[in-house]
Amino acid sequence: MSDIALTPPVPVTTEAPLIRALLIGVALIFVALFLFAPLVTVFVEALRQGWVAAIDALRLPDAQAAIRMTLTIAAIAVPINAAFGIAAAWAITKFDFPGKAFLITLIDLPFSVSPVVAGLMLVLLFGANSTLGGWLIANDMPIVFAFPGIVLATLFVTFPFVARELIPVMIEQGRAEEEAALTLGASGWRIFFTVTLPNIRWALLYGVLLCNARAMGEFGAVAVVSGKIRGETATMPTMVEMFYNEYLAVAAFTLAAVLAMLALLTLLLKSLLEWRHADLLAATRRH
Amino acid sequence: MRAGILRSPSPLPGFGLSFGIMMTVLSIVVLLPIGALLGRGLMIGPADLWDMVNSRRIWSALTLSFRAALIASLFNLVFGLMLAWVLVRYRFWGRRFIDAAVDLPFALPTAVAGIALTALYAPNGVFGQALAPLGLQVAYTEIGIWVALVFIGLPFVVRTVQPVIEELEADLEEVSATLGARRAYTLRRVILPTLTPALLTGFALALARSVGEYGSVIFIAGNIPNLTEIAPLLIVIRLEEYNYDAAAAIGIAMLVISFAMLLAINAIQTWSRRRIGLV
Repeated sequence: MSDIALTPPVPVTTEAPLIRALLIGVALIFVALFLFAPLVTVFVEALRQGWVAAIDALRLPDAQAAIRMTLTIAAIAVPINAAFGIAAAWAITKFDFPGKAFLITLIDLPFSVSPVVAGLMLVLLFGANSTLGGWLIANDMPIVFAFPGIVLATLFVTFPFVARELIPVMIEQGRAEEEAALTLGASGWRIFFTVTLPNIRWALLYGVLLCNARAMGEFGAVAVVSGKIRGETATMPTMVEMFYNEYLAVAAFTLAAVLAMLALLTLLLKSLLEWRHADLLAATRRH
Repeated sequence: MRAGILRSPSPLPGFGLSFGIMMTVLSIVVLLPIGALLGRGLMIGPADLWDMVNSRRIWSALTLSFRAALIASLFNLVFGLMLAWVLVRYRFWGRRFIDAAVDLPFALPTAVAGIALTALYAPNGVFGQALAPLGLQVAYTEIGIWVALVFIGLPFVVRTVQPVIEELEADLEEVSATLGARRAYTLRRVILPTLTPALLTGFALALARSVGEYGSVIFIAGNIPNLTEIAPLLIVIRLEEYNYDAAAAIGIAMLVISFAMLLAINAIQTWSRRRIGLV
């Protein structure tokens, strides 16, 4: 039975060191090729003709207008979404009513609809060839190919972000603290601001962060609804497309690099939240 | 309180206000637009809808969107599982960094990903030049669409499987080992079945997202009708021609696919909850 002694020890609850090294190596190569290479390319292409050309590209009136547009859209859509998310989470977690599960499914629905289909829906509802759209245009309140349409498209694609982050957190925290505040005589708003909000602030910030990233980066739905009128309804992502199609590569990639930096900032803040407040977030515990 | 009938025994205030805000925003942003699309479909009628969808170009686009999403999601199933396993089980330099980077496709705008991938894989790009001697052209072919959808779908699989791997009990693996199982056998017969529901959910989420993906695909796809033209692009083209009925027909077909996948995801989760109490 000497061959048993000669067999090297095989790990029983982890993989052999060689397999481990192999798996780590393949994973790193995969991440480098599929995630890092595209990210690096954005910055390389933006700086292909040097810093001056890149900064000049950002000074183009169309680029400036697109940046202003994107910031304005996010400044309007994100607070509306946060208000909706808080209201939905309060109604769903603090009260019982029939059809709750169906309602949660409806709130999640926009995530499974193609952004282009979302844009199409808004065009069919508010476009010039619909009754409602015709009336709105006759009364000088156009929605499609105008600012309100972009806000609605952005709201649609970011719809579940805040609500789906808050609902699990608030279900777990229960109603007892709020009910205690109520028996002590606090008003509804006081309960919300002094009891509920401190409990959900990190989850709220997390949801707002993801919502903002998507609001600034949305392309498909906004492209369909905005009509991509430069200087008027073009946002940063749609302007990236227009520059790119006009072979203004440096302008396209510079604007894209600004969006990529925003994405990196979002990832950084998100990771910080996850490391420091993991126990107060739904995302790091759920699934 | 307007919604008085629905009012629950909860003593907390604010039901009317919060329920009212929720239903108002939900109606304007989600329900009315979906209603407009479905209403348009009803006005056109099922027979005409079918006639409009039943053309070679639309079938090619719909099957391409579905096939490419399926291939990319299968690829992500394998590599997403591997990545999640490596991130949870092994300790190596830069692990936290890689972990954070997995969410890059969620954070990076799709149009940015689209032009970056195209620049990489175009015939004069870094990867394009490297692959050319192998006779492999990625940009402006269906392979380019797969690459874009792998990028988009990866975090769905990793982020669904990762928490389940974290919660695996070491006892099971030890028991399996003391009963004489080799590591490969334990992985296949003990660990993989536990991960299956999460894997299926992640796969379905990636698939649902990839089928409707537009921004990252249109730059790299080449957009040749019948070959590399995806369904969402065809909707955009029909809208630009002011052919709203045809756009609505394709949109309804895609909405039906989305609903079917949403139901599938729910079914997987119900099944797994009943089976092992894990999601």
